[in-house]
Amino acid sequence: MSAAPPLKDSYELAVIGAGPAGLAAAALASGLGIDTVLFDEQTGPGGQIYRAIGETPLRERRVLGEDYWHGSALLEAFRASAAHYVPGASVWSVSRAREIGVSVGGVARLLQAGHVILATGALERPFPIEGWTLPGVMTVGAAQILLKSSALAASGEVVLAGSGPLLWLLAAQYVRAGVAISAFLDTTPRGNLQAALPHLPAFLASAYFRKGLRLTREVKRRVRIVRNVATLAARGEGRLEAVVYRAADGVERQLAADTLLLHQGIVANVNLANAIGCAHAWDDRQLAFRPVVDEWGMSSVEGVAIAGDGAGIAGAEAAEHRGRLAALDAAARLGRIDRARRDRDAAPYRAHLRRAERGRAFLDALYRPAKAFRIPEDDVVVCRCEEVTARQVRESIGLGCTGPNQMKAFLRCGMGPCQGRLCGLTVTELIAEARGAAPGEVGYYRLRPPIKPITLEELAGLPKTAAAVAAVER
Amino acid sequence: MFRRLHEAEGKAVTLTVDGRPIEAREGDSVAAALLAAGIAVCRTTPVSGAPRAPYCMMGVCFECLVTIDGRGNRQACLVRVEPGMAVATQAGKRELGA
Repeated sequence: MSAAPPLKDSYELAVIGAGPAGLAAAALASGLGIDTVLFDEQTGPGGQIYRAIGETPLRERRVLGEDYWHGSALLEAFRASAAHYVPGASVWSVSRAREIGVSVGGVARLLQAGHVILATGALERPFPIEGWTLPGVMTVGAAQILLKSSALAASGEVVLAGSGPLLWLLAAQYVRAGVAISAFLDTTPRGNLQAALPHLPAFLASAYFRKGLRLTREVKRRVRIVRNVATLAARGEGRLEAVVYRAADGVERQLAADTLLLHQGIVANVNLANAIGCAHAWDDRQLAFRPVVDEWGMSSVEGVAIAGDGAGIAGAEAAEHRGRLAALDAAARLGRIDRARRDRDAAPYRAHLRRAERGRAFLDALYRPAKAFRIPEDDVVVCRCEEVTARQVRESIGLGCTGPNQMKAFLRCGMGPCQGRLCGLTVTELIAEARGAAPGEVGYYRLRPPIKPITLEELAGLPKTAAAVAAVER
Repeated sequence: MFRRLHEAEGKAVTLTVDGRPIEAREGDSVAAALLAAGIAVCRTTPVSGAPRAPYCMMGVCFECLVTIDGRGNRQACLVRVEPGMAVATQAGKRELGA
């Protein structure tokens, strides 16, 4: 990894995102002699899963667990490579011709890449409930980031709510760190286990089984767990004061709360791939859109590959192998290795990938989030930025609105600064339900660059050719 | 409410929030520093004026928008603290000329 040399006007390969897929892809490609740049929006490498790896202030290794520390090996391999690492870089555009628009430190640049690997990872699925915009309500992922990068933990009355492996992981990390959790409200629908059973044999043979068992035991010993939570609301004046819920008995209960941490799984972060124009398809197993890619991660757009969870959730270990496969394919397409070598070198990564993916189908089925928490009731805010409720979205369907893009024009839903990241899937499923259509048919927002806000000053400051200046001068 | 699990080893960094000095640790994001200092609200929304606080901490939700060293609408979770940094919370929508 080389830091701080000035950016060049072109690179053979640009990797976007420094999580496991991006780090592995950049290190491998660079090892094959490919001139590689890695852009990452965060200020340090690791992505979210290995956040602050190499610099976490947490002293006790056991708090985060061994899976986290695996990130050190990835980081070392990347640091030993010649890839040009650019942190704090917001990639706001990639054209079909692979011209990349990026801002670093408030200065925008355009540069050219021969091949692009998107490793933009995942984000947490929207969890729209009453009061989810109140200060004091955050995602489980946010709490984990604070833990990893600043050794900060929630204090006072802490309530965890939702479903999925990350929820259990954070609870276990808090338990190990001696952080008190007032309650763990499990929203996993009761019928899920049965639906997951056909996938049980593969799960039992996977590493997830042992790890999951240990993790849930660790939490159950120390934390009060409420199962079958069917309704959930955050209440308070100006900030969170209480969490109100109903479990299987239907009785409404209230818990005092200073912090509510929500989570119901992660989904592919598709904003950049969508804006480039890569084809996406609805994945009913993961209840989300994912880019359509081949076995090397190649998207429908020539020269643009997608590796890691950004191409559909399969976890950190799988992500690093998907990154390497995408890098090998990039090397073949750039003429650095032939196809026979690509296929030969890929064999061990494919074997690792198959092993790493084992058990995912069971987890997807077991932690499939409840409909009530994906398609909320009328009064719930769906679009946090523009403060649009589920009722308004439903009413727009009644007015003849057929899909998310037309609805934007009616309501501005999805047009705030987050550009639909926190409402897109909710809106698709809301419209699908109201129309009696399939989510894949309803589709997703059509996103356009810039996919991250940049100032006019930055745009105006882009280097211009003499011809471009002459074209507008009078 | 958030607390440090132990006295962090990183160097102390002093910045100001709305003119008031707060102490953070080297390596903290501005959003983490606000939460650690007990500053529960970082802005009010342009639509209804409702209070908001950091939500995702990874750069996707845009709830933690603040003004940093005079530049508005910065994502506080994507910026590391620096000594002497001047952070201002944001109120509602911006007015012309403001």
